[in-house]
Amino acid sequence: IVNLRHFSFRWCVARCLSDLLLICHWVCVSVSHSTDFEVHRNWLAITHSLPVSRWYHENTSEWTLDYPPLFAWFELGLSHAARHFDPDMLLVENLNYASPSTVLFQRLSVIFTDLLFIYAARECCRCVQDQKGSRDVLNRPSFVLAVLLLWNFGLLIVDHIHFQYNGFLFGFLLLSVAKHLQRQHLQGALLFSVLLNLKHIYLYVAPAYGVYLLRSYCFTQDNKDGSVSWSSFSPLRLLALGGIVASVCALSFGPFIAMGQLPQVLSRLFPFKRGLCHAYWAPNIWALYNTLDKILATLGVRLKLLQEAGLPRASMTGGLVQEFQHSVLPSVTPSITLVCTLLSILPAVASIWFRPRGARGFLRCLLLCALGSFVFGWHVHEKAILIAILPLSILAVENREDAGIFLVLTTTGHYSLFPLLFTPAELPIKVSLMLLFTIYSFTALRKLYSGRGSLLRPLESVYLLGLVGVAFACEVAFPLSPWQQKLPFLPLLATSVYCSLGVCYSFLRLYASLLRPPGKPKQP
Amino acid sequence: MQTWSLVSMCVLLGIVVRWGVSLNSYSGAGKPPMFGDYEAQRHWQEVTYNLPLQEWYSNTTENDLNYWGLDYPPLTAYHSLVCAYVAKTINPEWVDLHKSRGYESPAHKLFMRATVLVADLLIYIPAVVLYCLYLTDGSTKKKVCTVFCFLLYPGLILIDYGHFQYNGVSLGFALWGVLALGLGWDALGSLAFCLALNYKQMELYHALPFFCYLLGKSVKLGLMGRGLFLLVRIASTVLVTFALCWLPFLSDPGDAMQVVRRIFPVARGLFEDKVANAWCSLNILIKIRSILSSDSQIYISFACTLLAVLPSCVRLLMKPTFWQFKLALVRGIQLIILPLFLKDGLLVPYAVTSLAFLFFSIYLLSALEHCSEEELRLGAFHKLLFCLPKLDLFYISVSAMAGLSVVTVALVPPTHLPDLFPVLVSSTAFLHFLGTFIYFNIVQFSEPPSRKSQKKND
Repeated sequence: IVNLRHFSFRWCVARCLSDLLLICHWVCVSVSHSTDFEVHRNWLAITHSLPVSRWYHENTSEWTLDYPPLFAWFELGLSHAARHFDPDMLLVENLNYASPSTVLFQRLSVIFTDLLFIYAARECCRCVQDQKGSRDVLNRPSFVLAVLLLWNFGLLIVDHIHFQYNGFLFGFLLLSVAKHLQRQHLQGALLFSVLLNLKHIYLYVAPAYGVYLLRSYCFTQDNKDGSVSWSSFSPLRLLALGGIVASVCALSFGPFIAMGQLPQVLSRLFPFKRGLCHAYWAPNIWALYNTLDKILATLGVRLKLLQEAGLPRASMTGGLVQEFQHSVLPSVTPSITLVCTLLSILPAVASIWFRPRGARGFLRCLLLCALGSFVFGWHVHEKAILIAILPLSILAVENREDAGIFLVLTTTGHYSLFPLLFTPAELPIKVSLMLLFTIYSFTALRKLYSGRGSLLRPLESVYLLGLVGVAFACEVAFPLSPWQQKLPFLPLLATSVYCSLGVCYSFLRLYASLLRPPGKPKQP
Repeated sequence: MQTWSLVSMCVLLGIVVRWGVSLNSYSGAGKPPMFGDYEAQRHWQEVTYNLPLQEWYSNTTENDLNYWGLDYPPLTAYHSLVCAYVAKTINPEWVDLHKSRGYESPAHKLFMRATVLVADLLIYIPAVVLYCLYLTDGSTKKKVCTVFCFLLYPGLILIDYGHFQYNGVSLGFALWGVLALGLGWDALGSLAFCLALNYKQMELYHALPFFCYLLGKSVKLGLMGRGLFLLVRIASTVLVTFALCWLPFLSDPGDAMQVVRRIFPVARGLFEDKVANAWCSLNILIKIRSILSSDSQIYISFACTLLAVLPSCVRLLMKPTFWQFKLALVRGIQLIILPLFLKDGLLVPYAVTSLAFLFFSIYLLSALEHCSEEELRLGAFHKLLFCLPKLDLFYISVSAMAGLSVVTVALVPPTHLPDLFPVLVSSTAFLHFLGTFIYFNIVQFSEPPSRKSQKKND
């Protein structure tokens, strides 16, 4: 008889093996690893070779240190291990240095730090309620969640092929969520503070944490009707939380504040000089906005309403990141996006203040904050969709409606990551892995909620089938067509626009499920 | 979960592993003047596309047989021709006569790897899936696990996608043959197996079981009635298949003889590249080469090979059940050639895929099937080796292989024994082969379990 703990261990090993499988082909391919590889090599060099006071001033390479100081300390630790593989990678002048030992070390470091992610996934699986019954192991929600997390296509692609440490960072996020689900709030807060100091993109979800902890942890009791009981405020708990956050930040930023470098560090962390959209538009509302602007501009020129010379010339989806102005519609500034983001997450945050629904309500609010920031944020990377996809997996194995939203968001989000791998050599791998994950998620979730009709609405099924068409057009048909030379950005544009429809739709549906009055019957 | 989804996931995983291994280096990469098997395949495309058919196997001014001359039967040549046509449309430089020798580029590598994958997808993988789904018994889960193990078998992946060959095609055809025989379609089975034979002459290893099984079956049906009819049908299928494959060469008997001479080069010695077989191991103890002449070595090796497979074939003749047939087939010789992988820089993928395969086989097979020693009849096996201590044989063999792999990579052999490690590997591989050979002999000759006896052809 195999019990789940037994399974988890074996699945850990399976995941490790899959990581090894991926490393085995990338160790020998010296071309086509992304710029992120050089970014991290550069950071290893900076933290190892230079004194602390120079870290955030150094700009020999264009890839300057733009993560918070705790990540820099992490890179320093890694660099001491790197010394044994190839000391030459630690020289700041060695730009684009990529010897086989360097590649090997970097890949191994990702695999090694992935262990934290595996542990976090295991903790999340333990929080998921398994229905009592004679279901075999493969159909239990916790097992399905384990596979959805550990074999997440997006994470595999981004971490191991494209190269980042997202597994490590998501490990912190998922572990923090798991601790909150297990009602160990102080540990969850500690983990989240560490995470914030490792990568500040998680500020997206900080409001959810802040409001939830304030409301459900600092106020120890609720009134009978669910509203705030002001008298039950516990200053001690607030102090504890504050202390945790403050001490982690002090550990991370302390040396830089002491050296008076805080403004410099902040300017590196928040470089607003970059444009509204990344070189490849993340599938958010601004992609739709940009497309509308382009269409109107083209129409305007055709109908002789606008002068073509008067239009700003900028390539919005070119390979470089540039600032640009919109031609017809009003230009968007960082402050506008900030206001839009805050407005979009306000109802969610207010909902867990006025009507707290426990840890799962917090998780839903976290998702909405992540998605809201994704949809309305400034210079969003398409990889940020993973911040929404991974926590949504937890809800998907417990709730039927969430499973439907999960399928739409995940398939769309994962497909939007395709342009990250653009060489022909990577095509079979990314298509096979995507199909693998998609087939598994559909069949496993269907089996989990079998007997109550389809998980997807007809419109959603049509949309997802349309994805196949878009994929075929962009990957196969377009490169062989005559438009390849004239309009090289067209596949990227099409992917962005098509996926943003799916992402925005999922955002709205998640909101609807949060704001629905609690009288509605809950789906088991 | 539905079978089709599980099976498609296994297939997709198989594709990912295959393509992942593909991105590594291939045989002979960057090693002029001869390069390796990759260059051989590319050269065959060049030869078959540019030269007339009669010159493919002969030594002419245009076709230098010393530089990777064609030494597989005609079906390989036709396959190379098809690939050459595709290559020509993509980039004519790849198959330019003489000028494309040693051509290496990332795009060309992608193309060659893609040809292997396409061939696998068309022939090998469907055969595996259909075989495991229809001809193995057990629950759905067990069948899917069998598909999984088949598709992830590291040896084939590494040779085909790492070293570079097209074994998937010939094995696939052979498997289609087995599948057809299992479903009772004997003529189709023979057809498929003839195609396999005409692709690679190495399939002759499997020819004897096929022959004995079909002959035994015909005899059992009665040589004066249906048996004779079956025999005639099979014989005509075989003849027609061979005729069709060799048709272009049959116009001139000299051509056909030249092809045969290329396919079976008996002039080569027995020690080609330290391949794992008895001779290499035996040579450590007795210097065979110095005792016997080249011709007698050939005769003796042929005689011994025949003797080795004879018992199983006789048993198959007497009792032509499908299960016995499968067992006899398992005697196909599997060569684990570590030094060859090392030569091609494939050590990391070798280690990884072997480990993955081992892990999954152990885990899946043990979790889903309570394999007691009784069922595996290892008891008899152990009794045979009662002299050895009572350790788990499996772990011994695994650690031996692992240890050898590590040692071969990490240590430098002593100067007076420069080929120590390849020879050790060959000997170990042969010992493994011998062990499994004896085991399967025991299994075949003991009573088959009752649940396996109701096959269609019993």
